[in-house]
Order: sequence, then C-alpha cells, then structure tokens
Amino acid sequence: MTAVLEVSGLKTHFFTHAGVVKAVDGVDFTVSKGEVMGLVGESGSGKSITGFSILGLIDQPGRIVEGAIRFNGEDIANAPEAKLKAIRGNKISMIFQDPMMTLNPVLRIDTQMMEAILAHEAVPKKEAWERSRDALGLVGIPSPEERLRAYPHQLSGGMRQRVSIAIAFLNKPDLIIADEPTTALDVTIQAQIIYEAQKLTRQTGTAMIWITHDLAVVAGLADRISVMYAGRIVEQGQTDDVIDRPLHPYTVGLLGSVPTANNRGERLFQIEGMTPNMLALPEGCAFAPRCGSASAACKVPPPVEHIADRELRCYHPQAQVAAQ
Amino acid sequence: MTDATLQPSSPATAKVETPFQRFRTEFFESRIASGAFVVLVIIILLAILAPWITPQNPYDLAQVDVLDGRLPPGSEAFAGYTMWLGSDGAGRDLYSAILYGLRISISVGLASGVIALLIGMAVGLIAAYVGGRTEAVIMRVVDLQLSFPASLVALMLVAALGKGVDKIILALVVAQWAYYARTVRATALVERGKEYVEAAQCLGLSKMRVVFRHILPNCLAPLIVVGTVQTASAVSLEATLSFLGVGLPQTEPSLGVLIANGFEYMLSGRYWISVFPGIALLLTVASINLVGDHLRDVLNPRLKK
Repeated sequence: MTAVLEVSGLKTHFFTHAGVVKAVDGVDFTVSKGEVMGLVGESGSGKSITGFSILGLIDQPGRIVEGAIRFNGEDIANAPEAKLKAIRGNKISMIFQDPMMTLNPVLRIDTQMMEAILAHEAVPKKEAWERSRDALGLVGIPSPEERLRAYPHQLSGGMRQRVSIAIAFLNKPDLIIADEPTTALDVTIQAQIIYEAQKLTRQTGTAMIWITHDLAVVAGLADRISVMYAGRIVEQGQTDDVIDRPLHPYTVGLLGSVPTANNRGERLFQIEGMTPNMLALPEGCAFAPRCGSASAACKVPPPVEHIADRELRCYHPQAQVAAQ
Repeated sequence: MTDATLQPSSPATAKVETPFQRFRTEFFESRIASGAFVVLVIIILLAILAPWITPQNPYDLAQVDVLDGRLPPGSEAFAGYTMWLGSDGAGRDLYSAILYGLRISISVGLASGVIALLIGMAVGLIAAYVGGRTEAVIMRVVDLQLSFPASLVALMLVAALGKGVDKIILALVVAQWAYYARTVRATALVERGKEYVEAAQCLGLSKMRVVFRHILPNCLAPLIVVGTVQTASAVSLEATLSFLGVGLPQTEPSLGVLIANGFEYMLSGRYWISVFPGIALLLTVASINLVGDHLRDVLNPRLKK
C-alpha cells in the first residue's frame, strides 16, 4: 500500500504570553491509501491541532516548529499559502464536529457545494451543480435536487453532517480529516454517518483520519489506531491489536472506562487525576503522574519502541497485566 | 431558529422559504412598524415626485414672488394657486418648499449613509479579518472619532469646508463612518470565530471570498439596523447644521433651512413657516427610526420569542 500521508516528528507549538504550549510535540504516523486511521485522545491532547497542522491552518501565535508532513511524497509543512490553498478542499478535505456550525447559515446548500468545486476547477456551473447533486445522492440524502435549494437551517443535524461529508468528498480528495464528526449527533445518526463515511472511503479509496475521543466509534471503523496523550502519540497499531491487547497504561485506562455489557452494575474504571496543564508538563512521560505502573525510569521521556508492527512510548508495557 | 424538519422525499417542501420572505412576514406582523413603513414610503414618494405635484419650483427665482411672502395657510398666491401651507418670508410656497426640502434632506441622508456604510464596512471587515496591529490602529482611530459628538465633528468640518451639498455629505460621512466600522468589526469578529469560516478556509477558498461571501452576509443584519438609524440621524444632523446656518445655502432650502427661516417670524404669530417643515422632518426621522427599531427586533435572534 502506498502512503498518502507521512507525518514525521511534527511539532506544533503555540507561543502564548503565559509560555510555550507544545500542543503537538513529536508526532509520527503514516496513512496509506484507502486506510482509516483513528486518532484517539482526550480533549486537549493535540489531536485536532495535528489535523489543522496538516492543512496548514494553524493560527497565530502557533506554528509548526519542526517535522515533515509528506503528502503524496511532497513535504507540505510550512509550504507557501498558495500551494496549501490548492490542496485544501481539493486533495485534503475536512469534516468538522458540529454540523450546525460548519455550513454558512445565509448561503444555500448548492452555493456552498458549488463553490467548493469552482474554487479548484474551472468547470461550467451546470457541471458543478450536477456533481453536487450526485454527491448528495451518494451520502444517502433523498431528493437531492430539493435539498440543494435549501438553506442549512431547513435541514436536520444528521442531514447537515451528510452535506458536510458530501462536500468533503466532492473533489475526490486523497485524504479526509474528520474532526469528531459524530460527537454532536445522537447515536442512531452517528451510526448512519459512520456507515456512509466507511462506504465512501471503500468506494473511492480515500484515506481518512478520524479524530475522536470515542474508542467505541473507531473500534468499528478504523484500520489503525493512534492514541494521543499531551501532544504525543503514545501507542499506535492495528485496531484489533490495540483494542484487544493495549500496551500503554493510558490505552488500558481508556478502554477500561468504556461501559460494556460485561461490567454492568460495577463501578466504571476511571483514570486518576486530570489532563496535565499543557504549560507545565511533567518531566519525562507526561502520563506518569496518573499512571499505576510509573517508576523512577519514567522521569526520562520514553523512546518509541517497536513491538511487532506496533509503536509504543512506555517503559512498562501492559501486555502481562491485560493477559491476567 | 425554526426547525423545519424534513419529511424525507416529500415534494411538498419543494417551495423553500428564503430568509428574506421569512423576514418580510415577521416584519409586517407589527402594526407600528407597518405604519411607519407606509409613512416612510409616502414621504419618499412625495420627495421623488415633488416636481410633478407641486405648484411652484422654490429654486426657480422666476417663480418665487416676494409679494407672496408670509401668507398664512390657505391663501391664494399671486400666480393663482392656493398655498395650502402658507408661504415663507421669501414668498416660497411652503408645500412646494417642504417637498423639495425633503428631497434634499433625504438624498443627503441616504448618500452620506451609503458612503459611510461602505467605508465603515470595509474598514471594519479589514480590522476584524486582518487583526493584529492593523486592527489596533484602525480601532483606536474609531475610538478617537467616537469620543467627539457627531454634531461637533460635522459642525467643525462644515465650518472649515463651506456650504454646499457635497461638503455636507462629506462632513456627515466623516462624522458617521466610525459607527459602521465599530458595528461591522464587532459582528465580523464573532462570525470569524465560527466554524463555517474555518470550514470555508478548509475548502481552499480565497481570502476575499471568505470575507465578502461568507462573513459579510452574516454581518448584514446589524448593519441594516445601524444603517437605518444612522440615516435618520444623518437627516436630523443635516437639518441641525442647516438650521445653524452652516449647512445648505438659502437657495437650496432643506428642511433645516426652512425651519431656520421661519424662526424669526415665530413670535409674530407666523407659526407655519417653521412648524410645517418641522412636522415633515419629525415624520421622516421618526418613521425611519421606527422602521429601524423594528428591524432590530426582527433581525436580532436574541430578541426572538
């Protein structure tokens, strides 16, 4: 499989008055053609910033300080704005969390879809309109001609998210970054949206980065999972491996706190403590203060370890613990 | 926000209500606003049609007869027509003079309003979108401008520039652009932070397109409200300046000039020269303000029931 996106050593820092926030601090991952990668982590772990870094949409006072983002073999980290603009919405597109907010309330759906096409291709308006209609049909929207004439407030939340997905797929991108696209939706709609996204990636061979805090969502959707904590990827591997045999204590904790039929009525597991203050990260492993297995060794940042086809940043892999 | 839920594939929803249609229905729900709107339309029509519906052109000195001066309402003019509202000191038929005065007052108010709106809008959008030092400089200039009363700024400028329609428009623009700039910037800042702007950037749209096609239409509601209220205040500001004798010249009487002309006759019982133009001014400004007020109620989502 060819790699669509290779991120290596990416560091995106924000230089605030209070100090430097290392929102993304050395992230490596690869996404192959047609692959869905789940990027999992708590709020503030840097997963969204990773997505925006890829698109070159980091606002002041933040910037990419180090690392390479190779998209189809070409480094686009800190590429000139004109080049990024040609990529955005065309080769890499994005789906956002809240479908109520991502569509412009005063423009009709057809206007918003057609301008996404016309921004990158000089095609006749009629063709842009037809492609928009077909795209709406593709994401399971009934009578797309009518919906094209509608304003966003006339559509339900699930319908709007389908429109956003249709817009993301309009220009047949190589990569889609989906930033918690199902978080604002109720569970049944969530399942439908995941189904549509999965179907479309299979049909078109588009790679996808699915950013979420919900392990249950990526378990059924992603091929690979990367778990982020405090700006670093702490564990990475095939979905089944990570879910069935988590190695990092943080992943173990996350999985333990998912309610399932097996632990009904019991007290749910909870990771002790709070997410660290990004301005004052603990020395060494950022998770150590909340970790049950932490030792003196954790004062030194753990290097990336390769175990089979998995990557791990921990001195205390939890395989034994999980096996018990 | 009304949640017009969609029954999948029901052709009945084919007729889509545009935001404008919805706005129109809501606006005319209020009787006061509808009344004010009708009055405003009548005033504007009278002003536009003035040359065809008045017996005299008050600017044409050949038609003005000093012998007709200070005639009470209902008197007959030397030329044979009835002066229903009387005449002023120079022998101008007040009915004609008021309609011509409305023409000037309204066009001065509108012209200065539109120009100030365009300037303020551009400046405010730039400030909000560019941010940083540009924004700081622009907004301090706006603050400085707003720390002077508009009438004082306009008065100083007109005193320096001299009389004339173009000069008074310039003065009004200078006095008022800052209100628009501040409103647009405040709204644009809020809109800029919304996700649809980020989404538009993610689509690779150009900056100009994001600003003018996505942010600007979302700022229009408060802009329309400020626009109407500021136009009303431009009309009354122009009247103020003309009344003080620094606005429009005697030969092109606006409502303010007419009121000022009649002022000296007030105590001698010739009330009509000042009062009738005053009523016209009052009706104009009040109707614009009422319409603007109700626009704010309709366009502000926070005041929605």
